[in-house]
Amino acid sequence: MRTKRLRLVMSAVLVGALAAGCSSGGQEETPQETGPVELTFWTWAPNMDKIAAVWNAAHPDIKVTVSKQAGGDEAAAKFLTAAKAGNAPDLVQAEYQMLPSFVAAEAVADIKGEVEAVRGQFSDGIWNLVTLGTDGVYGLPQDSGPMMFYYRTDLFTKYGITVPKTWDEYAAAARTVHAKDKTVYLGGFSSKDPGWFAGLAQQAGGQWWSITGEAWKVGINDGPTKKVADFWGGLAKDGVVDTQAPWTPEWNAALNGGKILSWASAVWAPGVLTSNAPDGKGKWAIAPLPQWSAGENYSGFWGGSSIAIAEGSKHKKAAAQFASWLNTDAKALDLLIKEAAIYPAAKSGQALMTTAPEYFANQADFWQQATTIAGTARGFTFGPNVNVAYSAYKDAFDKALQNKSSFTDALGAMHDATVADMKKSGFTLAS
Amino acid sequence: MTTTKGVRRPLGLAPTAVLLLGALYCLLPVCWVLAASTKTRGELFTTNAFAPGTGLFSNIADLSAYRDGIFWQWMANTALYAGVGALLSTAVSVLAGYALAKFRFFGRDAIFTVLIGGILVPAVVLAVPQYLLLAKAGLANTYWAVLLPSILHPYSIYLARIYAAAAIPDALLEAGRIDGAGEHRLLRVVAVPLMLPGMVTIFLFQFVAIWNNFLLPFIMLADDERFPLTVGLYTLLATGANQPALYNLVITGALLSIIPLIALFLTMQRYWRTDLSGGSVKS
Repeated sequence: MRTKRLRLVMSAVLVGALAAGCSSGGQEETPQETGPVELTFWTWAPNMDKIAAVWNAAHPDIKVTVSKQAGGDEAAAKFLTAAKAGNAPDLVQAEYQMLPSFVAAEAVADIKGEVEAVRGQFSDGIWNLVTLGTDGVYGLPQDSGPMMFYYRTDLFTKYGITVPKTWDEYAAAARTVHAKDKTVYLGGFSSKDPGWFAGLAQQAGGQWWSITGEAWKVGINDGPTKKVADFWGGLAKDGVVDTQAPWTPEWNAALNGGKILSWASAVWAPGVLTSNAPDGKGKWAIAPLPQWSAGENYSGFWGGSSIAIAEGSKHKKAAAQFASWLNTDAKALDLLIKEAAIYPAAKSGQALMTTAPEYFANQADFWQQATTIAGTARGFTFGPNVNVAYSAYKDAFDKALQNKSSFTDALGAMHDATVADMKKSGFTLAS
Repeated sequence: MTTTKGVRRPLGLAPTAVLLLGALYCLLPVCWVLAASTKTRGELFTTNAFAPGTGLFSNIADLSAYRDGIFWQWMANTALYAGVGALLSTAVSVLAGYALAKFRFFGRDAIFTVLIGGILVPAVVLAVPQYLLLAKAGLANTYWAVLLPSILHPYSIYLARIYAAAAIPDALLEAGRIDGAGEHRLLRVVAVPLMLPGMVTIFLFQFVAIWNNFLLPFIMLADDERFPLTVGLYTLLATGANQPALYNLVITGALLSIIPLIALFLTMQRYWRTDLSGGSVKS
């Protein structure tokens, strides 16, 4: 373990040196440049300014100024507006599902040439999220959200159920639990978290978007995704899963009070559980997500973001150098974990996570398990109008829950709304 | 007054009840913020919504410590945007309103019509075009980016015009002119003192509007050192999908951010009262 880690650190250092070599070459090409290169960086990760300070101390020729922004959809809108006005920052944090809209607006640069050297640091599933399945590379993965199954060990024993290996077992356990106590649910279906549903669709093998040549293909209602929608639709119809909106005080109370026994969530869930369900400390554990067929081993991604470089940046090479350092250098990864509290996308960063979160003190191998699960996560290509698809998801599934109508139809409505919007925006669609 | 006491009472109860309901509707959220800001992270979602918690001072300390006290920088920024912006806006509005009310000149009605049209356009719609304009001028991401769009406020000009027309008798201006006062002196000595209550109203309106404005600074400013409170607190709330939102700090921050507004209203109240009574004694 130790030597392996050392080797990883060494390779990271080498990569850093290589990148430094590249960019100092780039500097020479523009001799009119005087003084240090100034880079601006929009991010919402906490304490990123402290991490940039470490870089700045070691690299007097490239000064990075961090500007902390609000995360979420609005951050993407703000970046696109700034890019349109020619005011974009050099570096920007971009959620994976937002990256395609940046690419479509030609707001971020293809940095394939600059980051080739660090390609090996990332798993194929994650790398696919920044290439969009094309030959280009539009960002460097920073953090990722492989999905796993969080469950209450004590209450699983109490209700006499075991950790479900397949979704069929999950459905059976959900019925068992709810039959024993009408106020208790095994888990919930969320019509408010399209990212959650997208992660489950990824696990099932769904491909919502794909690019062939210049044309987009939309497959939101493809077979695997339909299977996922039908599965939850059946459970919701029978009332054996919780369908209240998550992230509300009521949901927090249910989670905290042991009324919800499990949560198919992502690797960042410990932070949520710590703050929203403090009483469950030491009672939760993780396992891989239930599978669609026994013997399979897949997961999906919920959340995570990359660092992209603006097309308008005057210092793309220097920016790529910083982004490479931030996301692959051992020291930077260590800082990202400790200061920014993220689950790094780089394999070497994941290896640095050794001490289980305090909340999971009962599961000493938390991160080892998480890393194993992360290796099984398959992503998919996001499209250029994920925001439209996501709000269509919320509308359609909210309605389906309210009217107790078919989830298949809701998925169809989501698909149609997404396709209609792409047509309206002038994207070429493959038939 | 021919109605007797007995008839008036049941009639009088209904409006009171409606007003009480309205007051409750407005005050409940404030009470909630008051109670919630005293709760620690653990207490926030687990205890009764209106029961006080134990963490007010630790919340304030945490908020002050957050990123080396950037909260207070946001507070100072907001005070600057709202204070300077409202002052400039009041000055422009009073000058424009006075001129529109008391001078006849070519195109006066056209200007006023355009201004009325301006009231109908919500500021939200203008934020992005204003950003693109100011970016062209190289002023995006500066203090000016938030101050300049706040200065011209059609509704305030409209208010100033109405107020000037009602509060400044033409006869008074005529008398001043006959006595040989120049237009500037008339403005300074006659118009402004008479319009003072109206100016306070406009100032308070604009101050509150700028203090609470979110979209304009959100789009205009990239550098978090220049953020006002609204945008700054939002960065605590929207921390990305992977981080728990800092609810307790945001709520405490929201409470602290309304204290200056309350203080301002309490101190400016007497001017406002003059304003209201001023209308009632006019013949």
